[in-house]
Amino acid sequence: MSEAHSGRIHIAHQFESSDQQHEAGTLGIWIFLATEVMFFGGLFTGYALDRWLYYPAFAAASRILDIRLGAINTAVLLTSSFTMALSVRAAQTAKRGALALLLILTMLLGAVFLGIKGFEYYQKFVEHVVPSLDFAPQGEVLARLAPGGLGHAQLFFCFYFFMTGLHALHMIVGLGLLFVLLLRALGSEFNAGYYAPVEVTGLYWHFVDIIWIFLFPLLYLIGGRF
Amino acid sequence: MAAQPIVPFRTYVLVFVALLVLVALTTGAAFIDLGPFNTVVALGIAFIKMMLVLLFFMHLLHSNKLTHVTAVAAAFWLLLLIGLVFADYTSRGWIPDPAPWSSSAPPTHP
Amino acid sequence: MSTATTVAPEPRAATPLNYLNVEYGWRSWLFTKDHKRIALLYLISITFYFFIGGAFAVLMRIHLIDPQGALVQPETYNKLFTMHGIIMIFFFLIPSIPSVLGNFLVPLMIGARDLAFPRLNLLSWYIYMLGGAFTMYSVIHGGVDTGWTFYTPYSSTYANSQVIPAALGIFITGFSSILTGLNFIVTIHKMRAPGMTWFRMPLFLWSMYATSIIFVLGTPVLAIALFLLFLERVFQVGIFTPALGGDPLLFQHLFWFYSHPAVYIMILPAMGVISEIVPCFSRKRIFGYKVIGFSSVAIAVLSFLVWGHHMFVTGQSIYTGLVFSALSFMVAIPSAIKVFNWTATLYKGSISYDAPMLYALGFIGLFTMGGLTGLFLASLSTDVQLNGTYFIVAHFHYIMVGGAVMGYLGGMHYWWPKISGRLYPEIWARLAAAIIFVGFNLTFFPQFMLGYLGMPRRYAFYPAEFQFLNVMSSAGASILGVGYLIPLIYFAWSMRYGPIAGPNPWGATGLEWQTPSPPPKDNFEQPPAVADEAYDYAHQEVGLV
Repeated sequence: MSEAHSGRIHIAHQFESSDQQHEAGTLGIWIFLATEVMFFGGLFTGYALDRWLYYPAFAAASRILDIRLGAINTAVLLTSSFTMALSVRAAQTAKRGALALLLILTMLLGAVFLGIKGFEYYQKFVEHVVPSLDFAPQGEVLARLAPGGLGHAQLFFCFYFFMTGLHALHMIVGLGLLFVLLLRALGSEFNAGYYAPVEVTGLYWHFVDIIWIFLFPLLYLIGGRF
Repeated sequence: MAAQPIVPFRTYVLVFVALLVLVALTTGAAFIDLGPFNTVVALGIAFIKMMLVLLFFMHLLHSNKLTHVTAVAAAFWLLLLIGLVFADYTSRGWIPDPAPWSSSAPPTHP
Repeated sequence: MSTATTVAPEPRAATPLNYLNVEYGWRSWLFTKDHKRIALLYLISITFYFFIGGAFAVLMRIHLIDPQGALVQPETYNKLFTMHGIIMIFFFLIPSIPSVLGNFLVPLMIGARDLAFPRLNLLSWYIYMLGGAFTMYSVIHGGVDTGWTFYTPYSSTYANSQVIPAALGIFITGFSSILTGLNFIVTIHKMRAPGMTWFRMPLFLWSMYATSIIFVLGTPVLAIALFLLFLERVFQVGIFTPALGGDPLLFQHLFWFYSHPAVYIMILPAMGVISEIVPCFSRKRIFGYKVIGFSSVAIAVLSFLVWGHHMFVTGQSIYTGLVFSALSFMVAIPSAIKVFNWTATLYKGSISYDAPMLYALGFIGLFTMGGLTGLFLASLSTDVQLNGTYFIVAHFHYIMVGGAVMGYLGGMHYWWPKISGRLYPEIWARLAAAIIFVGFNLTFFPQFMLGYLGMPRRYAFYPAEFQFLNVMSSAGASILGVGYLIPLIYFAWSMRYGPIAGPNPWGATGLEWQTPSPPPKDNFEQPPAVADEAYDYAHQEVGLV
């Protein structure tokens, strides 16, 4: 068994060498990420446009969001990116125990992010600022949103839910991928010569992180908090 | 070996610390009134954070040219989309709307 | 009985193992990861959708024989042209050449055993079928009446038809295009045989590469536009609804950011096919190889810069209109370069008029007409007159049917011996090509005149003075319909009864012709190596029998 997984490299029948297979996989994921950039890009375009058109309403609405939770979540996600980067390194250096541990840590941090995000969604329901389903802000929230126009404030929350929701969906997919990766890591499938799946999943995870790096300032910081 | 060189542990830690500092910076900057520069600072810091993640965590620094081209192409096409859409909205109204057409009124052009 | 059992296996034993006879049974097809079998799965599916979409066109043309409408209610007519557009564009034209011929040929042409990601390739077919199922659901449950463009706010608020399943169907199908494009780009970059440099690749591969760029970078924007449309229609949140603070033109921007390049998704692969057929049947090296290759990539990039010419009359700013108009004229340059180069390849060639060549020559003429009339529409002032008339309909059918479908049929005839290992009856094929050419022009040339005279598109009724041209168009459509049925019949016939083709019936260059027909499961018996430029017909002539 030990000699079997010391140098076990799966080469699919269409490839000539493990190098070719590795390069194809990496190029494939980068092209997929370019696709994802354009996928989120449509939403970013719409958001940027409406923010420009209805700036007062968007600034007021963005101040409703909880900046502390946003900042904490950003730190949590960046930490998960850090542990993910270390997982790839652990796979490269064939440290199987560390790989499994780091993957579990990454998944935990991802789950914490989703938990905080879920709590923020819950807050929006409490404040009655969920577009279409429950958009009837009252009291202080209403007083802060009203000057910019409620219709356009609703538009802000549309984008807030679409963009963070799509991002959260990508997180959930990422957690699934990490889980499969963990099972394969526990089965000692990876070694210094074959760790492409860890790398590819890592690239995806970092990309989802980058999306959040932009969502955080665009949604939470935009109007200023002064 | 097609694989990237192994990045030292130290580099990862430094990048991670830099990222956390930037989160604190960008959050803090939101509480200071910089006028239009609030947006510039927020997006500028986001850009720096993205570059850190791309270059070090995603190993773009050690990747081949083709990967660079892919990443740049994605950014370029995104800017095309945003840029040309904004080109439309920002230049509207540069020419005032003509008066409603009517068959009786003579054309008002000089 | 005994003779049957002894004789029957003999031809099978004589036939070497190929991708068609290596395995049998439905499992070996539905779970295949062989790019050639997946190409055939696509071929069957898109042929199905082609005839469904065609049926809607037939109903429309019958309806328009009479100025008052001969067949259906106006509401139904709206659904007919919408379903015709959706099915033909998203379920036939876009996957046609890339998913059938591209899937089959890309690995063969570069000398690889398969695409880089065979499982993703199979997944793309399943995604396509799922998207098709959603769209067929909307057809069966009453259809959509928004036009294939799904313009908001009509589609998001007012339309009283099956918008959601149709939009979801297109949304889903988009991911099959993305996977195909991703697969092609990686395959062309990483899987070329030794010696197959970029400038030795057949030009079909350059066009596939350019198409894949559009697939990968354009399709997600359409997906997000349809996703937002879906949310808008379900929740009425207001992104595209002016009454709620949104902007309907944002939808058009996102929609055309993909859907204009999508036009080049349809025409670029056909251009690639023509670049293969023309040198083969002129027995000449193609004129200006590099220029054709680069012009494909140039078209792919420029195609993303021109979408605003669909919005000249929508309230888009006039300054942006000017820029989009100028950029639209620029796309004409690489397209014209290709036409010049094909024509220069024909010059002093020893031309033979086999069926693929007839389609290729038809393509060159019809595409030129479609392209030049496109310049009318790229000019701001002419477009104000012609927008929304039958001139537009005629223009894009000259590109889509006269261009893309001609290219597809030409490619199918050219590579059919490779795909099936059999020859089709040449005389019938030439007849069908002639019928299609005549039927096509009779259908769509009158529509240029109708549009120029001011007949608007998408109306169920029209003034009586337009009847003559409309009847002409409908008559042409019936000829065209017959023309499309004939190849279906003789291709099916040839699979069983056609003469054995041999590896290279046309005496063509290219790696795909150096392997048996049909190719073995792993494409090549020996790993190929390349030492020559593409289209080396001058030297190869000696070897021809």
